[in-house]
Amino acid sequence: MTSNPGTGAGDVAIELRNVNKWFDQFHVLRDVNLTVGRGERIVVCGPSGSGKSTMIRCINRLEEHQEGEIFVNGTELTNDVRNILAIRRQVGMVFQSFNLFPHLSVLENLTLSPILVQETPLAEAEERAMELLKRVKIPEQARKYPGQLSGGQQQRVAIARSLMLRPDVMLFDEPTSALDPEMINEVLDVMIELAEDGMTMICVTHEMGFARKVADLVVFMDDGEIVEAGSPEEFFNDPKSDRTKLFLSQILTH
Amino acid sequence: MAPVSHAPIASGSRRPPPQQQTGLWLWINRNLLNGVHNWVLTGFAIWALAVTIPDFIQWAVIDAVWISDGPEACRATAGACWAIVAEKHRVIFFGTFPYEEHWRGVLVIAIIIGMSVLSTFKRFWSYKLFFGWVATTAAVLVLQLGGVFGLTEIGTHQWGGLPLTLIMFAGTVVGGLPAAILLALGRRSSLPAIKALSVGFIEIVRGVPLITVLFMASLMFPLFVPENFTVDKFVRAQIGMILFFGAYTAEIIRGGLQAIPRGQYEAADAGGLTYWQKTNRIILPQALRVVLPALMNDIIRAFKNTTFISIIGLFDVLGATSAAIQDPEWVLYALEAYLFIFALYFVFCFSMSKYSEHVEADLKRGRNL
Repeated sequence: MTSNPGTGAGDVAIELRNVNKWFDQFHVLRDVNLTVGRGERIVVCGPSGSGKSTMIRCINRLEEHQEGEIFVNGTELTNDVRNILAIRRQVGMVFQSFNLFPHLSVLENLTLSPILVQETPLAEAEERAMELLKRVKIPEQARKYPGQLSGGQQQRVAIARSLMLRPDVMLFDEPTSALDPEMINEVLDVMIELAEDGMTMICVTHEMGFARKVADLVVFMDDGEIVEAGSPEEFFNDPKSDRTKLFLSQILTH
Repeated sequence: MAPVSHAPIASGSRRPPPQQQTGLWLWINRNLLNGVHNWVLTGFAIWALAVTIPDFIQWAVIDAVWISDGPEACRATAGACWAIVAEKHRVIFFGTFPYEEHWRGVLVIAIIIGMSVLSTFKRFWSYKLFFGWVATTAAVLVLQLGGVFGLTEIGTHQWGGLPLTLIMFAGTVVGGLPAAILLALGRRSSLPAIKALSVGFIEIVRGVPLITVLFMASLMFPLFVPENFTVDKFVRAQIGMILFFGAYTAEIIRGGLQAIPRGQYEAADAGGLTYWQKTNRIILPQALRVVLPALMNDIIRAFKNTTFISIIGLFDVLGATSAAIQDPEWVLYALEAYLFIFALYFVFCFSMSKYSEHVEADLKRGRNL
């Protein structure tokens, strides 16, 4: 593993330096710079196609960046497969479409990774799984299959699943966008609880109430670049750029 | 002006759905007698059955000779001569396998059919099944080849009949499925060399008829290798069948792999799984469930394709039957012998087809097998 001499010892969880990425000819990330302190919560927002999902997907190498450097816990993300696997095991991810494994029960969805990756004994893995299912308030669904659960329940299982490896950082990629309105709050409640417990989080979301409540930093992206970043008070009450103002007016009018 | 739209509130109490008309008569009315063209078709079908069925029953059952010491009784009747099956069953079932060792063939048949039936139960779908088939292979080879445990040694050139058909079939599926899975994964690989090899192999083998593959294996292969280097003809045919099955089935499995949403790969990746962990635990279990009905179709075809090996001089159950009816005493009753083989193949293929239907119904009921 390569260590990063430039990053201050233990207080920086994630650092992106001049990250650039292209899809074919399309420049989807332009000189993105972002530092996330340990235990801090970042909310990323912006219009669709602005590159916000792509940015957080670069952090656990679901997408490859072509220029710049990404450090997770001081380790640089390179093409080395062992390096990638090590980083993915420190970073949990929650997807818009849940992506639970439909052929495995809820409990098996949770225990699969620890058993395969950390060689955790089955009993121990199941015990931790039940603990986490209690934390997301659905221990009674453990033996069911994902297809039998509501969207909100599935997303809470997905959050519990991504916590199984005891990650240092959690990435949320629009976790409530695919949910029916009445289920959004049950998922946000779990995320808020997680934030209060001190988890380092990067959330791509349009839930501005959530951003106001938990974010240490709100990052606004448009057209592949970070346009503005600030505390929730600054961002919502006193946006600097016209693009931010336009975006806020578009999402907050109704 | 007040809007026209309005929605009066009704008090709809819960009640059962209205009664549906059912019954045989309704079904006949709907399916056989609705409209002039269906009256005509139904009438024609009834007439055709009335003309053929009684004659067939007369021939196959009433006038038939079931058991007889010789062909004389058959000559005396206009009915079917099923006695040929009783007379020739040893040759039909075991081909040129030594007569006094036929009990070994019976055991092989029982072991392979037993293992195949066990393989259809979901609760056995795990690595245990793999070891079960390894043990089966060992037992079948010991019984067929002999030479150990005091069993007489029997060369593969003497193998024949139903054991040979079943060995060829089981060998094709057991050897061909892993090959197909690897080829399908290879075809989707991001490594250019592996991808090119897989695509090339699949396309070349799919581009030629099975007969050609078998002729290549039996006639041309020996020309390409040094004279003192020989590979058993049975082994060559078996490898040819495996390659052919593998290439076809790889394309079916590829279809299943394509049906798995990208999110499944991403969730497995995000969970820190390695490529093989992801493939074995997340992708393949789902992909194989999706393609199981199509896979069963290929497996049924593989069973019927075993008849091709008689062309290169191996006596499978059909080839053995053809040999059995060469007896001039019985040659007149070849039709009955072939009908028996027809029924035998039908029983095997129909059971597989029924199983496939059952699996499909399971899949429809829920996503979890």
